[in-house]
Amino acid sequence: MKRRMLIALSALMVLAMLVTSCAQVPAAAPAQQEVVEVMVEVTRIVEVPAEGGEAPPAAVAQKMLNIVQDRGKLVCGGRTDLVGFGYLDSEGNNIGFDTDLCRAVATAIFGDPTAAEIVPLTAAERGPALQTGEIDLLSRNVTWTSSRDAQWGNFTTVMFYDGQGMMVRGDSGATTLEDLDGATVCVTTGTTTEKNLADAFRERGLEFTAVTFEDTSAVYGAYEDGRCDAATSDKSQLAAVRSGFANPDDHMIMDITMSKEPLTPAVPTGDSQWFDIVKSVMWVLINAEELGVTSANVDEMMNSENIPVRRMLGVEGSFGQEDLGLSTDFAVNVIKAVGNYGEIYDRYMGPDGAAFTLPRGQNELWSKGGLIYAPPLR
Amino acid sequence: MEVLQWIAQIVSAIVVIGFLIFFIRNVIDAADARGLDLGFGWMDEASGFPLSESVIDYDPSKSFGYALWVGFLNTLKVSLVGIVLATVVGLIAALSRLSSNWLVSKIATVYIDTIRNIPLLVQLFIWYFAVFQAFPSVQDALRLPGPLFLSQRGMYMTWVKPTASFVTWALIFVAGVILSIIVYRVLLHYQLRTGRSTYPFVIGTLIFVVFPLVGWFLVGSPPLQGTVPELGKFNFSGGLRLTPEFAALLVGLVIYTGAFIAEVIRAGILAVEKGQVEAARSLGLSQSQVLRLVIMPLAMRVIIPPLISQYLNLTKNSSLAIVIGYADVFFVGRTIINQAGRAVPVFLLIMACYLGLSLITSFIMNIYNRRVQLVER
Repeated sequence: MKRRMLIALSALMVLAMLVTSCAQVPAAAPAQQEVVEVMVEVTRIVEVPAEGGEAPPAAVAQKMLNIVQDRGKLVCGGRTDLVGFGYLDSEGNNIGFDTDLCRAVATAIFGDPTAAEIVPLTAAERGPALQTGEIDLLSRNVTWTSSRDAQWGNFTTVMFYDGQGMMVRGDSGATTLEDLDGATVCVTTGTTTEKNLADAFRERGLEFTAVTFEDTSAVYGAYEDGRCDAATSDKSQLAAVRSGFANPDDHMIMDITMSKEPLTPAVPTGDSQWFDIVKSVMWVLINAEELGVTSANVDEMMNSENIPVRRMLGVEGSFGQEDLGLSTDFAVNVIKAVGNYGEIYDRYMGPDGAAFTLPRGQNELWSKGGLIYAPPLR
Repeated sequence: MEVLQWIAQIVSAIVVIGFLIFFIRNVIDAADARGLDLGFGWMDEASGFPLSESVIDYDPSKSFGYALWVGFLNTLKVSLVGIVLATVVGLIAALSRLSSNWLVSKIATVYIDTIRNIPLLVQLFIWYFAVFQAFPSVQDALRLPGPLFLSQRGMYMTWVKPTASFVTWALIFVAGVILSIIVYRVLLHYQLRTGRSTYPFVIGTLIFVVFPLVGWFLVGSPPLQGTVPELGKFNFSGGLRLTPEFAALLVGLVIYTGAFIAEVIRAGILAVEKGQVEAARSLGLSQSQVLRLVIMPLAMRVIIPPLISQYLNLTKNSSLAIVIGYADVFFVGRTIINQAGRAVPVFLLIMACYLGLSLITSFIMNIYNRRVQLVER
């Protein structure tokens, strides 16, 4: 009996090895069954919509907007561990620059900013969560790259222009990457910064040791403790993290930019209407700032003589709200709920920002010398 | 009855296979619908990401497949060392708990009960962030004799590295080991047969020592060269390095699994019939002889099966390394899932790795188990 079981087990193993080693063929039987379970666990989705689980082809055929409306809430991939972008306030609410986009999209659909459920994802979890369609929207400091665009989903419009920086202790005296020859660098796994770090040091012929963690707070915890000589990430993230250190002035963000990091929200592939809805909401936020419409003055702006303003607010004409499947006045609700792009920025990172202060720089409107530019709403 | 059994077998086989086919189809359909690629072509692409530690040479220009292999070897490393140490810890704790010395017994009890009731994840956090990160910074590392340096970057110690003549010397060394074992056995056999003292252990050891020594001078240049850790601008270079990630994971796994192993061993020892022990004592065997020659062989029969599952647990629990940044196979797999965007194939490979490790472990242990079982009379 024992022997037979042993034979069966080894046969199973051989089968598993065979199938996994010959490409293209989906793999061994028992393994497959477990994959489904593991994926659900890993992406931390508690609720698996029935449409997604039982009949995937039909789910894609059904429009994302209808799925979201039927569910009654927007499932948005975010984070809770980065001050300014996605973090918890003293009452445990998830707030931040990235989170506010989730709220804006939820408001556009439901007229209610609280209809967004924010699912915290680590850097390594976010790609699979988007690929498998377990989130409707990923708004979590994702750098838009060509391969991610091909593999993960559809990237919308750049929300934040960033570049990779390097943080060191002030007393290290390092000002260039060359000074960091032989250093230990802390970095988050599954990020573009992880790869850029390797590229930057390799092309300069510099030695380095990377200490990587999946959890962002572990990365900076280890750096602050002294496990690493430097920490690397997007400059905005470094500034955000530094503001939370016990002694922020002991740490210095080096004056180098190792890469360009366009941080861009993304949606699952396969539904162009849904893709357009998220983009339109972002364009509303940017155009609202450009047109001077704020959460404070949006009501009086509805009486404005300015035609683009009237069109945006749904008072006169249309910019395609019906085609998107949204109400004509969704822009009013969105601006009332979260404000325009500039307001969102200032709320967390402006001069009196709740989180820390980061000059807008490239994230200023195009008309003021920055890179933030949205197509016209018409 | 025979027929009924066969029918039951066949029906259940059909049901199981049917379910498996259903699940496979489900995964394939779902992957198709979401545009996921289930192939393995990505494995040859350059990984592009660094790894904090590897048993074999690794750099970001190596492929994803190679990176996964590095992760697998790291898992293997921590599992093997962990299994050996956890067994030692478990044995000591079990014997201490059974000890007639009140203090020793209570200390062992507290250790076992405390450790078993704290989740391993929590323990790993404590070991890594509270213990190993609390060592002095690398610039003012603790210097222990050796020279051996202790800092939050890990432990650096003087070590040896192989030179060009190492392979030749290693062959001589291995030949010496084999010869010493043969000589030991032959002499022992002779001694047992004739009753004359042939000193098998002394002579065996002598061969074991002399061979590599003579070889050392025969090969010309020294086969091994010492390297001493030296503090550079940022880190120590040279010498052997034990990273805090590895150390924390190893210590965490050993302490945790050791507590479970202790209970397994204790249960095994308590399962030995009192009469056997009393019989052994009445033969005039000393306490340590009773333990070594009577209790442990009998207890082994009870201990081995649950011990196998503890070994498997240790191996699988090493995947928790992901929280403290030790680059085991699960950690590397997660990174690849993200960097290559291939969740399903990577998970299949990870599962194949753990399945393989588990089967190999239980295979080896079952062979041992069968040998122990044969001792039964």
